Amino acid sequence: MTQTQAEAEVVLRLDRITKAFGPVRANDAISLSLRRGEVVALLGENGAGKTTLMNILFGHYVADQGSVEVFGQSLPPGAPRAALAAGVGMVHQHFTLAGNLTVLDNITLGTEGLWARGVGRSAAKAKVGTLSRDFGLAVDTEARVGRLSVGERQRVEILKALYRDARILILDEPTAVLTPQEAEALFATLRKATARGLSVIFISHKLHEVLAIADRCVVLRHGRVVGEVDTHGTDKAKLASLMVGGELSLPSAEVRAPGPVLMQFQGVSTPDRGAVPGLKGVTLELRAGQITGLAGVSGNGQAALADLIAGLALPASGHLMLRTKAVADWSPRKALSEGVGRIPEDRHHTGSIADFDLTENAVLEAYRTPRFSRRGWMDWRAARSFAEQIIAGYDVRCPGPDTRIRLLSGGNMQKLILGRAMAPGPEIILANQPVRGLDVGAIAYVQSQLIAARDRGAAVLLISEDLDEIMGLSDVLHVLSQGRLSPAFARGSISAAELGLWMAGQGFGDARHAA
Amino acid sequence: MSDIIDILISASFWAAVIRIASPLILATMGELICERAGVLNLGIEGIMVIGAFTGWMAVYQGMPLWGGVAVAMAAGMLFGLLHSTLTVPFGLSQHVVGLGVTLLATSTASFSYRLMLPEVTSPPKINPFPPLDLPILSDLPFLGEAIFSQTALTWAAFAVAGLVALVLYRTPLGLAVRAAGENPAAVEAQGLSVTGLRMGAVIVGSGLMAVGGAFLTLSAFSSFFFEMVNGRGWICVALVVFGAWKPGKAVLGAILFAAFDALQIRLQQTDLGALLPYQLFLAAPYVLSILALILMSRRAEVPAALMVPYNKGER
Repeated sequence: MTQTQAEAEVVLRLDRITKAFGPVRANDAISLSLRRGEVVALLGENGAGKTTLMNILFGHYVADQGSVEVFGQSLPPGAPRAALAAGVGMVHQHFTLAGNLTVLDNITLGTEGLWARGVGRSAAKAKVGTLSRDFGLAVDTEARVGRLSVGERQRVEILKALYRDARILILDEPTAVLTPQEAEALFATLRKATARGLSVIFISHKLHEVLAIADRCVVLRHGRVVGEVDTHGTDKAKLASLMVGGELSLPSAEVRAPGPVLMQFQGVSTPDRGAVPGLKGVTLELRAGQITGLAGVSGNGQAALADLIAGLALPASGHLMLRTKAVADWSPRKALSEGVGRIPEDRHHTGSIADFDLTENAVLEAYRTPRFSRRGWMDWRAARSFAEQIIAGYDVRCPGPDTRIRLLSGGNMQKLILGRAMAPGPEIILANQPVRGLDVGAIAYVQSQLIAARDRGAAVLLISEDLDEIMGLSDVLHVLSQGRLSPAFARGSISAAELGLWMAGQGFGDARHAA
Repeated sequence: MSDIIDILISASFWAAVIRIASPLILATMGELICERAGVLNLGIEGIMVIGAFTGWMAVYQGMPLWGGVAVAMAAGMLFGLLHSTLTVPFGLSQHVVGLGVTLLATSTASFSYRLMLPEVTSPPKINPFPPLDLPILSDLPFLGEAIFSQTALTWAAFAVAGLVALVLYRTPLGLAVRAAGENPAAVEAQGLSVTGLRMGAVIVGSGLMAVGGAFLTLSAFSSFFFEMVNGRGWICVALVVFGAWKPGKAVLGAILFAAFDALQIRLQQTDLGALLPYQLFLAAPYVLSILALILMSRRAEVPAALMVPYNKGER
């Protein structure tokens, strides 16, 4: 295997690529080569420079220094068209699809001369049909992309690249949004592709996937290559320590006896929101001193459930109970005063105000309390010292409390939001995707804070798409699929594969019979 | 009631509807192209004024009528170039730039008019496009007067609408333009230039707006006066929404608005007109348009990237 690979032709060579954004060196003299039929994983924390490097390769950015060579030809900088023509196809982390157009339109976009007289739809359709059979990428070519699931959209993205006869496929965090089964199907497609001589660059920070699919792994840290390993001779721990530059202690959580029920859903249903299902008769208990995990792919009712807890919505039917009583006048303000701490799903949209400084963001939830305002006047001195406390206590790395929050990295922004939510000592904590998009160090920090909150007796609801996180942290866990909630599974009583089946909607029929 | 029916079955009413609709159709197609590519062009009102003025002035200076149309189109494209340079590569606010272009174009027209015709008290006239006399068709009873006695520029307006629909939906160029208004990143990732597509759309669209304005001086009336565009540009912006960004529906919307307008003028001369203040009639087409707009545009799919500037390589 290694023998043949060593002999295989080098299809792509990146030579000392350097790119700076302001004072930050996103890429610092990175060199990389890719051989025919090989999968190379590009591994690194957020901000390590993986996506920047690939955007340079594809021509979205122009490198300050260094060169890109594809099939022995050097590629002109800053020209996606040239990269496409040279056989490089890229599946972006945030899909580049037009939702209003059909699958076929998205695939053929830009493949014919703009002044060609018509779109050769039937020929295009036949080609897409052949490709989807050969690579196991089933899609309906006439469907509107806006109606497709995330997994299907990704297939469209891959077809887009294959349709242009890509020989090199770049996948930027392709599994971030997939169920384990969908990810497995993607891997099967990639194996078919490499068997046909395609080469793949696979960007990820999920170690087990890298080990499963890649032949070789290049590790980036702070814009530099810090290691290159053959995946057959390594394990997760080695890769993780390469990524963060030291041994990493992952938070461990010991099981404790849970306390009383602090919040309870009794047969709660909410209306559907367009294509996103509402809750369907959900019964759920959040107990003191317990982390309850909620697994599932986004868009299966998580938002509806989170909105109920946060006070943004009321159940259409069923009851939401706080301790032993049904909630009355439920609203975000009421939720806060009843001791609900919220870490919202989208820290940019609902968690913070980008152009407010850290002080203002720190008191967003508490500005009306006597601590920060009296007789309608803000006490900025108190607010500022509160922000300083959070910054010091939660290791928020920033120039100071007067910094606008948009200038912070995702991890530091999340730490401020975490500190804000934890400061009043909430009894119920809603942690909705608390570590999405964070790097390994920040993830460990946020998770250890959630465990600490549990240990002091808070009821924590952890909503996450990341199975490793859910399984590692939750004392009990449920799966949410199409608005339906699975029965509770105790820690360690269910495997990732079984969870995946529940996430895909299997098992619910049986559960209903059993109940 | 019988007044309304009498009006609706008269051939002259339908001839007026088509005549009133023509400039709206041209300018609406222009706006639709811009918006489909992702750029809201609020310069439309001013660009129609500049089209009306330059087209008329060119003919007054001795150019043939079609030469006037070409001059108007070129002038419109020039303002389109200004608009798109500011909004596309520089990514400035499309509202501010659009209103700025309208102010600039409107005042450029008045300024040039005063400069070129300093001594004139009543606007000089030109010979506008005559009604096309079509063999057989123009002699048909009713239809001959209602439909087949229009000017060449009216026929051109409807042809342009068909052409816009054809290009948008049946050619790779149209696909690329629509994609630029939906998700410019998708266009970029397929190796096409978002800047080129958007600027092109705004320039061509502005050219059509100007021809819409020129229709007023070269076909509907025979001279240029200030305030002659009179908010038609804003109506066209609404018609694009009314038509859910689809050319066919937008043409229907233009005809509907024109019908309201033609109807109210005629209603003013009936017994009803003696009874009610005439301002009510003048307002009627706008009120009805707003109602229709509310009904029609509820489920419309707005181009997802409309008014979102695209900056290549931005983090």
